[in-house]
Amino acid sequence: MPIASCLPARAGVGFKPEHFRDILVDDQPLGFLEIHAENYMGAGGPPHAQLGALRERYALSVHGVGLSIGHMGDLDHAHLMRLKALCERYQPESFSEHLAWSSHSDGFGEVFYNDLLPLPYTHETLARVAAHIDEVQNALGRQMLLENPSTYVRFTASTIAETDFLRELASVTGCGLLLDINNVFVSAKNHGTSARDYLASFPLDRVREIHLGGHDEQADETGAPLLIDAHGSPVADPVWALYAETIARTGPLPTLIEWDNDVPVWPVLKAEAVAAQAMLDRAVQAVAA
Amino acid sequence: MSALAQSHFAEALLDADRAIPPDVTSHTTRVPARRFGVYRNNVVASLVNALRIRFPAVARIVGDEFFAGMARLFVTAQPPRSPLLMRYGDAFPDFIAGFTPAAELLYLPDVARVEAARTRAYHAADMRPLDLCDIATQPPETLGALRVSLHPSIEIVRSAFPVVTIWAMNSGEAELTPIDDWRGEDALVARPALDVEMRALPAGGAAFLRALFNNETLGQAATLALADSDQFDLAANLAGLFGAGLVVAIEHSPLMEPAS
Repeated sequence: MPIASCLPARAGVGFKPEHFRDILVDDQPLGFLEIHAENYMGAGGPPHAQLGALRERYALSVHGVGLSIGHMGDLDHAHLMRLKALCERYQPESFSEHLAWSSHSDGFGEVFYNDLLPLPYTHETLARVAAHIDEVQNALGRQMLLENPSTYVRFTASTIAETDFLRELASVTGCGLLLDINNVFVSAKNHGTSARDYLASFPLDRVREIHLGGHDEQADETGAPLLIDAHGSPVADPVWALYAETIARTGPLPTLIEWDNDVPVWPVLKAEAVAAQAMLDRAVQAVAA
Repeated sequence: MSALAQSHFAEALLDADRAIPPDVTSHTTRVPARRFGVYRNNVVASLVNALRIRFPAVARIVGDEFFAGMARLFVTAQPPRSPLLMRYGDAFPDFIAGFTPAAELLYLPDVARVEAARTRAYHAADMRPLDLCDIATQPPETLGALRVSLHPSIEIVRSAFPVVTIWAMNSGEAELTPIDDWRGEDALVARPALDVEMRALPAGGAAFLRALFNNETLGQAATLALADSDQFDLAANLAGLFGAGLVVAIEHSPLMEPAS
């Protein structure tokens, strides 16, 4: 029986080493911490010393950014085994990855592009990604969560809506979904569609975690908005609004604040988590009422 | 996406001269150059940034703009082969050594070698060091036949330039001043506890450590170190080795005989 994803339905933050001392000085109002798996794949040193200390106090979400689940070739078995070792060592409450690809062979071997790259949604890609998710869940012995991407382009080959694609993947593989509401907002703006329509058709019953983060605003060559999923600023107001509407429908869900670039001092990041927690508390009251 | 279409996308990421893949589009323009450019920029800028984080002293020496240009060329020529970015840039020092615009800075590749070694030491396996008391219990006449295991984080960078001094001055560890005593330094990089430490080894110290790494006895290592430098001082090197927490185990040679 695979281990199900089971983070507490509270607000958490993406852990940054610069906040280690701040987080440890006293009990923080955090439901969980999330780490990027690849930063903890060295043999030893400060990353493991810090994670070991944090793990004793907080629930943990391991979030992979390098498995390349949307890759049309085979999964990187060695990397999957590294993820397995990490999960066995820290026993996280949840493991998640992205509906995206980041590695591809250039004829000399795999190149790692260090970005979450998009794929068209077709029956062919659906079968491939589903097979990869099966492989991951079998190897880890646990349910994984799959995150909806932020995208900047479309594919002429796509024949399936992203929400249908995710619903089908969850149904076929039994994986949970990680709903990144900033990604929903960014993608909708970038493709001239409605974030509310997207959320209305999203399989919310499969969501086990929510991500919130900041984005940058640019424009394409026609002057149309081009939002960048930059994770270097506070959560934008329209994203907070979509979040409140979503948890009003689902009830409280584990909610992560992501802030990966231009990392602020701890009180700033903590305030974002506190704001998310306040909305979660209201969602609890709404459900109770 | 067929595997072929993904190949087109991948190839266009690192080659700005290549056309945008034909199956990529957007609701505003059929060929969305600016949008595809976001992916190109994410890939190159994030990898350049990974190198800047790993090689801050190199960046400080050459300046941000020069560093970004040099790093961009490295990224396109030698992109990462693994999702473990902590290892990305192991080949950057050799690239710098062959990078003509930086050729005047003869010491730059060695500064990069030191920085690459520091990251490896940071992520190396943890092991509890022995202290000097552990060897003080050994009868002095048996010392020469001992073998020691060194801490797994240790790396040595031998340089014809004062690389430890240059690194320290460009890392905020020492004031930036002219170096009067311009001579080669052998850098010892290690992380016996949580902090990465670096020092210049005394004469013969690098040869001594290399010999210990090759599982020579202390006596054999001292002989090799003396061959490298007649100023080699065994007692001072041993004290330094244990004092810095660089020895994790002592074993007696199976062929141990009391030294005469």
